[in-house]
Amino acid sequence: MFTLLKRIIRSGWLNLKRQSGLTFATFFIIVMTISLVTFLFLFQGMTQFLISDLKEKIDISVYFKKDSAEEDILEVKEELNQNPEVKNVEYISREEALERFTQRYKDNPILMEALAEVGENPLLASLNIKAGQASQYAAISNFIETGPFRNLIEKIDYRQNREIIEKVFAISSNINFAGIAFGLILGFIALLVAFNTIRLAIYSSREEISIMRLVGASNWFIRGPFMFQGIVVGIAATLITLLIFTIAIFFLSPKIEVLLPGFNLLSYFGAHFWILLLIQLTTGIGLGVISSWIAIRKYLEV
Amino acid sequence: MIKFQNITKTYNPNAIALEDVSLEIGKGEFVSIVGRSGAGKTTLLKILLAEEKPTRGRVFFDGQDVCKIKKGELSQLRRRMGTIFQDYKLLSSKNAYENIAYVLEVVGAADGEISRDVFQVLEIVGLSDKARNFPQELSGGERQRVVVARALIHRPDVILADEPTGNLDPYHTHDIINLLLRINEMGTTIILATHNKGIINSLGRRVITLEKGRLIRDEEKGRFIL
Repeated sequence: MFTLLKRIIRSGWLNLKRQSGLTFATFFIIVMTISLVTFLFLFQGMTQFLISDLKEKIDISVYFKKDSAEEDILEVKEELNQNPEVKNVEYISREEALERFTQRYKDNPILMEALAEVGENPLLASLNIKAGQASQYAAISNFIETGPFRNLIEKIDYRQNREIIEKVFAISSNINFAGIAFGLILGFIALLVAFNTIRLAIYSSREEISIMRLVGASNWFIRGPFMFQGIVVGIAATLITLLIFTIAIFFLSPKIEVLLPGFNLLSYFGAHFWILLLIQLTTGIGLGVISSWIAIRKYLEV
Repeated sequence: MIKFQNITKTYNPNAIALEDVSLEIGKGEFVSIVGRSGAGKTTLLKILLAEEKPTRGRVFFDGQDVCKIKKGELSQLRRRMGTIFQDYKLLSSKNAYENIAYVLEVVGAADGEISRDVFQVLEIVGLSDKARNFPQELSGGERQRVVVARALIHRPDVILADEPTGNLDPYHTHDIINLLLRINEMGTTIILATHNKGIINSLGRRVITLEKGRLIRDEEKGRFIL
């Protein structure tokens, strides 16, 4: 068994060296395929981040009348918290609202002047409500409008923002779907190209395979070296792809962070390193081994 | 040991390679099959090697029906044969040494045994200095000698030699035939397909004559008559 394995490996290694042109072509195609898979993985990560970031930004605010007591508002908050559709409720008092406002517009002298002119705090206390899903905002808004505490409420900004909210959710789910569909199509094409390259490589050995059969070699003894070549090329392609991506991400990460604030590609890459490596290895080795397996089968019929 | 039973092989209605051929070859025999080109000599050997299936009839090797052997077990049968192919069938990605060693690797010989035997057989066929040459770097005659070496290296029960001297000069022809005779003396069955009149007549062994796919003559101590 050990001798057999040793001979298979030696034979596979010799073939790799002697057919270096063919080996390189296969290697190149597998690198391309793994790169595409890796790119799709990272792209998926970015879209997920973008979508959840957009969702984070959506909320509805309920503004309370100036004379509402804080404990009444907190009671409303408590009530909303018990609603299963509500994910999170944040209370912003009038003072806090003013503070946020001045913090945000401290560089805008016109607004600051206007605020000073008013003399007192013109801002209202509010509750910031986040729902689990976009479709629930309408229900929550309805619940507040018809609830027992509706007299306390000055306004709800859901009605004004409704269109934007719904559009954002529609776009994000479209991006998600398009990303997956696009990825699947590209991945399929890449697999097909890689499979055909390997098939052509083995096609050039078809005569050798039939000779091996005729001199009494078992199917495993014939298949083995090809499988070994598939594994070696797969691993080498994975390592090279990984190296290329590591370098590229290292330099691109800051630029992507400018486009997508809060998303650090390098740390995303680092956090998903092992799963990505596993995907790459599975793609590389799987392609090499399975394609060889299928391609050889035909020539073992002798 | 080998029994062809009413073998017919047709490729299409107009191309009949073999027609109702029956013959038996005993263990240790040296049998020559003669006939013109296209008489069916090679087809007969291919059927024994299970490279081709007969259209009708059966072939037995040591009582085993060759046509009924499963694909997976075919390799066991072929290891008991050594074949000298007319068109060489050398592995182009392996050099002369590796081509011969491959058969020993297939049968699971030890590494030491392989290198000892391969160098020995290369010397016998006069190719010691060409061990590292690839088939495309060898002449026709040299390739043929590598094929001969590959066919006998693993001491098979039977050697199927299809025109083993087709590309050899008279000097090497003589050597190869003598080699086959020596191997035959050690008990290996030899089936030699050829249209070399001189060889057949000098051998004085059993001769089977095929003509247009039919067996027309089977004589002990036969001669080349066409």
